[in-house]
Amino acid sequence: MDERVLSAHGLTIDEYRRIVELIGREPNEVELGIFGALWSEHCSYKSSKPFLKVFPTEAPWVLQGPGENAGVVEIDDRYAVTFKIESHNHPSYIEPFHGAATGVGGIIRDILSMGARPVCAFDSLRFGDPRNDGKRGDNIKDSKPIVHGVVKGIGFYGNCIGVPTIGGEVVFDEVYAGNPLVNAFCLGILEKDRIFRARATKIGQKLVMVGSSTGRDGIHGATMASAEFSEETEEKRPNVQIGDPFFGKRLIECTLEVMQKELIVGCQDFGAAGLAGSTSEFGAKSKMGVRVYLENVPLREEGMTPYEILLSESQERMLYAVDDENVEKVLEIAKFYGLEAAVIGETTDTKRMEVFYKGEKVADLPISAIVDDAPVYNRPRKEPEYLKETRSFSQKNLPEVDIKDAIKKVLSSPTIAKKEWVYRQYDHEVGINTVVKPGSDAAVLRIKWAVKPEINSEKAVVISSDGNGRWAYLDPYEGGKRVVAEAVRNVYTTGAKPLAITDCLNWGNPENPEIMWQFEMATKGMADACRELNTPVISGNVSLYNETVLPDRRINVYPTPVVVAVGVLDRPEDAIPSFFQNEGDMVVMIGEVDKEPTVNGSEYLKEVHGTISGSIPPVNLEMEKRIMAFIRENRNRIKSAHDVSDGGLITAILESAFADERTFGLDLDIKTNYRPDFELFDEMRSVVVISIDEGNLSTLRYEADKREIGFKVIGKIKNDETLKLRIGSVEIIENMGNLREIWEGSLGKVLE
Amino acid sequence: MRFGIAVYPGSNCDYDTYRVIRDVLGEEVRFFDYRETKIENIDCMVLPGGFSFGDYLRPGTLSAHTPLTQAVIDYAEKGGIVIGICNGFQVLTEAHLLPGALLPNIHGKFVCKHQYLRVENDSTVFTNKTKKGQVLKIPIAHHDGNYFCDEETLKQLKENGQIVLRYCDKEGNVSSEANPNGSIENIAGIVNKRGNVFGLMPHPERASEEVLGSTDGLFILQSILSS
Repeated sequence: MDERVLSAHGLTIDEYRRIVELIGREPNEVELGIFGALWSEHCSYKSSKPFLKVFPTEAPWVLQGPGENAGVVEIDDRYAVTFKIESHNHPSYIEPFHGAATGVGGIIRDILSMGARPVCAFDSLRFGDPRNDGKRGDNIKDSKPIVHGVVKGIGFYGNCIGVPTIGGEVVFDEVYAGNPLVNAFCLGILEKDRIFRARATKIGQKLVMVGSSTGRDGIHGATMASAEFSEETEEKRPNVQIGDPFFGKRLIECTLEVMQKELIVGCQDFGAAGLAGSTSEFGAKSKMGVRVYLENVPLREEGMTPYEILLSESQERMLYAVDDENVEKVLEIAKFYGLEAAVIGETTDTKRMEVFYKGEKVADLPISAIVDDAPVYNRPRKEPEYLKETRSFSQKNLPEVDIKDAIKKVLSSPTIAKKEWVYRQYDHEVGINTVVKPGSDAAVLRIKWAVKPEINSEKAVVISSDGNGRWAYLDPYEGGKRVVAEAVRNVYTTGAKPLAITDCLNWGNPENPEIMWQFEMATKGMADACRELNTPVISGNVSLYNETVLPDRRINVYPTPVVVAVGVLDRPEDAIPSFFQNEGDMVVMIGEVDKEPTVNGSEYLKEVHGTISGSIPPVNLEMEKRIMAFIRENRNRIKSAHDVSDGGLITAILESAFADERTFGLDLDIKTNYRPDFELFDEMRSVVVISIDEGNLSTLRYEADKREIGFKVIGKIKNDETLKLRIGSVEIIENMGNLREIWEGSLGKVLE
Repeated sequence: MRFGIAVYPGSNCDYDTYRVIRDVLGEEVRFFDYRETKIENIDCMVLPGGFSFGDYLRPGTLSAHTPLTQAVIDYAEKGGIVIGICNGFQVLTEAHLLPGALLPNIHGKFVCKHQYLRVENDSTVFTNKTKKGQVLKIPIAHHDGNYFCDEETLKQLKENGQIVLRYCDKEGNVSSEANPNGSIENIAGIVNKRGNVFGLMPHPERASEEVLGSTDGLFILQSILSS
């Protein structure tokens, strides 16, 4: 076999030999295409699989763990939520608008295929620093147009399809300039005894394809998503799929209707590897064979070959398993919604994937060979060299800085600045369930829906997404642990009970042993935190080869775990806000309030000192659990709660003071034995800033002491829009309006 | 009172509106498919928000040429009460039930936020529970909400008291800073000359429950009930 042909399919010579051995002959072109797509990193997880096994996946409230289109957790005795996060990194660099839009569409259909009404989306985005645009040379694009395209694409799809985008994160760092990260999350609600899965229940059930027609777009998208970026990447533009949310919306309504009427038994969306992927996975999960008739597939282009029909990644398509007697009804409902629909195959007892085109058999493969026998690599791993240097960094040598300047610099960093420029462009209200809107630690969503299906839970879900590449770069194990802890902390600061997480692991080239080492360590760290905090991983996605190949060097992204944590609140009204509520209230730090601070790996270190370095101290998961219990039990006495993370203590306090309709003044007196800049900008301690009525001070102090949680009063909320800050020997007076303007205006200034 | 809600392919606030009418107002409500040709046995027809027909060609254009919209035109001509919210407003202008047009926002971006609105006319079917000059806080979410009409039309709108809502700030000042989309004279909602057809970009159904941050949308919905 010609190596170039193999390489076009993303297969190695060894993998080809394995295929020949498995099927006992040379594969034909169509079959090779099927293997290329299904054995790609994106579909087969061949490099990551062994390490994902460390994740805890079970808890009494988990109804479905990893392995289906999305995981499911129960919310009350009748209802459940299903959720998952997925990457669309590679397409979003090549074609930012459509790359991001189809990322949103894909994850919505994953949720839909579980039988759920998709009710909200989140997006976790990472770009190069737009302040460096024009300085990168010809090989890497400017970041600003990518940001504009991605944000517009997400809005275009989510707004139109009617799924509100209610939160997310946006981070800027040069390592993402040639390879932005676009991770899309969706959550759906359903009755817990009506979960659908990707499988048929009987031999001879019909496979019905519904949705958009099939074109040449996105052929070999999965293979593209599994290769590093180089100058040839531009030529892969036709590999990017085009999304149409108008079809997507009708597909939601059609699918929920046939599910509600019990006309279908199983459902699977067409994702990576198109028809080849969904039919073979369907067969594998059903433990059956599938027979596919390609001439029945509704096409939008003339002259498509069997190969192209099978591997097209055209969007907005679903596969249903349907009993014979219901086929006509399903086709009729699809027609009512203006969708293409056709019977394109059936389940068989052969456990083989047999593909026909106009009477001719064009592929005949054992399904196990395609799906289960994909290679799994135990890739070499080695601790990275750079860690010696970053670990030897000592903050003691940092020069003293003007604190007021430093606060302004950190507040104006695009990563810290208010993200209103982004979320204004997303409809975050459609569905009338969004109780806490973008701009807080976590979003709070009611669990209600009127039609298809009718859902009426009194509870609410709380959702937060957090990722951190810098931490995992400086210490993958501790960084991985911290990312989970932070996402969970953002959920529990609202007073909610965290239930589970979904994760997206965005990594560089797995063939590099240092990168694989980072992967092993980070997943271990994440797993340990999940176990300790009792938040299992119920779904997720791995994106490798996030690497930019330049003529003279390779840039790998930071190892970037992104975690979305989901929790439950008894009533939406119970959510503790992130913002201060009343003047005269006390501002209190709780948690590890007296621990020696470190600015290692912090935004302060990067923005003010121009360094990304230092070791990452272990996160105190015991303390996290204690703070969680303290907040939940004293919910009624806590008026606001906001965790200390990116930008440190002072950023957390200021963000709480910049409430929706007003800006509070602050009189802060922070007693500390350490350098003021370390105290103010440390991001590594388990600390939450709360505000309370003075009358509750002694009760709460007693409650905190009882649980061995640090409790430190650091100031009072004022009416006068002035920040007065005393810390150590430093004293600052600044207008809060000025600070707010810096924080609110900086991102727009950089991006417009 | 009995409400009808139009469902075009791509409508996406139809269920929200349904839920608010049924569960918050406690009134009767049913959906009308875009292929239906008659509107009967209802007291108010709602054209909901969304992206009907995917906003293809131009928001509201394709919907304006459906059998149901023809029925809405007939219904309005007989004096039936019609309210078009967001995309529904776009459909009403495209169907010429309301004058003017909704252009893309002047900044070229979708905008979603809670918006202050000043009541300019409190004697319509849709605002009889409000007071002239009252400031309402109701969310907007649109890409094409930039209301435009020619000078002659604007003059008539003013003379006839057809301008019902204007974008304003918290204090009720109608200024260019408070204009989220470039609308001429900050127009957020207008009625037809007869006063039975109302189009507005803000979403009253999104501001009908305390838990969502505002109940000011109820001023409008309850005005219809008492009409």
